[in-house]
Amino acid sequence: MKFHDLTIQEIRQKLRSGVLTSVELTQACLARIKATDDRLNAFITVCEEEALAAAAVADQQLAAGDTGLLTGIPVAVKDIFNTLDIRTTCGSKILANYVSPYDATVVAKLRQQGAVIVGKLNMDEFAMGSSSENSAAGVVRNPWDTERVPGGSSGGSAAAVAAGQVVATLGTDTGGSVRQPASHCGVVGLKPTYGRVSRYGVVAYASSLDQVGPVAGNVEDCALMLGVVAGYDPADSTSVDCPVPDYLENLKDGVAGKKIGLPKEYFIAGLDPDIKRAVEAAIETYRQLGAEIVEVSLPHTDYSVACYYLIAMAEASSNLARYDGVRFGLRKDIGKGLTGMYQQTRTAGFGDEVKRRIMLGTYALSSGYYDAYYLKAQKVRTLIRHDFLAVFEQVDLLLTPVAPTPAFKIGEMVNDPLQMYLSDIFTVPINLAGTCGLSLPCGLSAGGLPIGLQLIGKPFAEADILQAAYAFEQATDWNARVPKL
Amino acid sequence: MKISEKDVEHVARLARLTLEPADLTIMTGQMDALLGYVEKLNELDTEGVEPMAHAVPMSNAFRDDEMKPPIGIERALQNAPAAAAGCFKVPKIIE
Repeated sequence: MKFHDLTIQEIRQKLRSGVLTSVELTQACLARIKATDDRLNAFITVCEEEALAAAAVADQQLAAGDTGLLTGIPVAVKDIFNTLDIRTTCGSKILANYVSPYDATVVAKLRQQGAVIVGKLNMDEFAMGSSSENSAAGVVRNPWDTERVPGGSSGGSAAAVAAGQVVATLGTDTGGSVRQPASHCGVVGLKPTYGRVSRYGVVAYASSLDQVGPVAGNVEDCALMLGVVAGYDPADSTSVDCPVPDYLENLKDGVAGKKIGLPKEYFIAGLDPDIKRAVEAAIETYRQLGAEIVEVSLPHTDYSVACYYLIAMAEASSNLARYDGVRFGLRKDIGKGLTGMYQQTRTAGFGDEVKRRIMLGTYALSSGYYDAYYLKAQKVRTLIRHDFLAVFEQVDLLLTPVAPTPAFKIGEMVNDPLQMYLSDIFTVPINLAGTCGLSLPCGLSAGGLPIGLQLIGKPFAEADILQAAYAFEQATDWNARVPKL
Repeated sequence: MKISEKDVEHVARLARLTLEPADLTIMTGQMDALLGYVEKLNELDTEGVEPMAHAVPMSNAFRDDEMKPPIGIERALQNAPAAAAGCFKVPKIIE
């Protein structure tokens, strides 16, 4: 069965009318995973039994007239989300056997709407990476070219949707980890505004930047998924108590009369020529759709990567102090006392990239260096946020590339961390500013790899960028392209 | 050099990590390159700029002090590497 060309709303229609059952659909997903995942490695855990049981329940509910937004729809979540009684490894050896005693709020919300959770998706360890190569469960491969990375850190979340293994997924985005893999895999991924979605039960990486975001095959599904997970959660005191709009309501209103800004710092020399061409074509499409295009400036863009990595690494070093071999996770103890146990556990449990970030973060926070590094980065962050707030006085949304190149080859950048970090230049500023952004397909490279377009919205204006994305998707056929697997 | 192998060893101790000599050299080189790169921020005058800790302006989040059912000892200990008598068991701390 193929559902690439069906929206969630269309699948729901089929489920409700009885043309299709959730058990059939779930079995089709499981079969697709079996047929493709030896090549992709998008899943860390597939919960076949639990999924089929949930599908059977969904079929009963559908027969009884249930109207859950996702009743019977097979989805999967990044292995960073705690799932009750299903292993949550976060792509790390240190959590290889961790089984959460509770569901993350967003997982509970998926279940409340009747979603069938098929499994847990592969990722860079602790969400640290831009390629999904840093996973204890092995490298994830891009469905468009299995010699290439799917992007990261939510590489499994994007690859699984692109390959038609499930209908939609959840990922997390700290510096581009939903948008960049969505771009590399030719699917739609959204990073909501900081505070829009609860992070309760989401393994923490950099707490002032982390946000949960949906990945889907089309804009409408992405909007629907956001509606399911968004909202204030008393269990997450950083979630914001403001009403969640119906993201489907004005989705089809178009972009006529909207002002779209092109930040000139994002259209620099060195941008891959295929990406430049695809993004320029997208700008032309928006012009034809009646949007007004204006050039704007985000003057501190060039400082974003340095600012981002200092803040993210400092927060990571603090967050990951909890992996000490005491309450959960791996323990290595060869009888050298408590400190020895901490050291052995952490040295054996963390991968290279995680260690590198903990080390840099620890250094940036250590006595004598705090002001020079962490505090300085926090001040620069204020300047970056002000850039965005000032620009949003002039325009409704911003349009930029997502990544400077299409998906690169597996292994190509592993020995050059700084080069890898620099590839996040177009995505990290949005996390620093705390606003929202999405990636949607806007072309293919000469080599046949997907290219993503980034739309950036005002804080809490996810509806605006979804609306603009929908208009583009309807006007072009990029979204209809799927990888041959 | 922004950072020496001796500094990196000290940071590793603070972070409760152990680095083999070969890894220490690699880590020092990579940290040095990154610390060199982030120097870039010093091009900016941030005198008088407020540091930003969060994207959402908020100070304290309060809730009512109400009892909720706890998770229970069995659930709390289900992932413990070692447990005994309803407690987490750790290596001896005081000799």
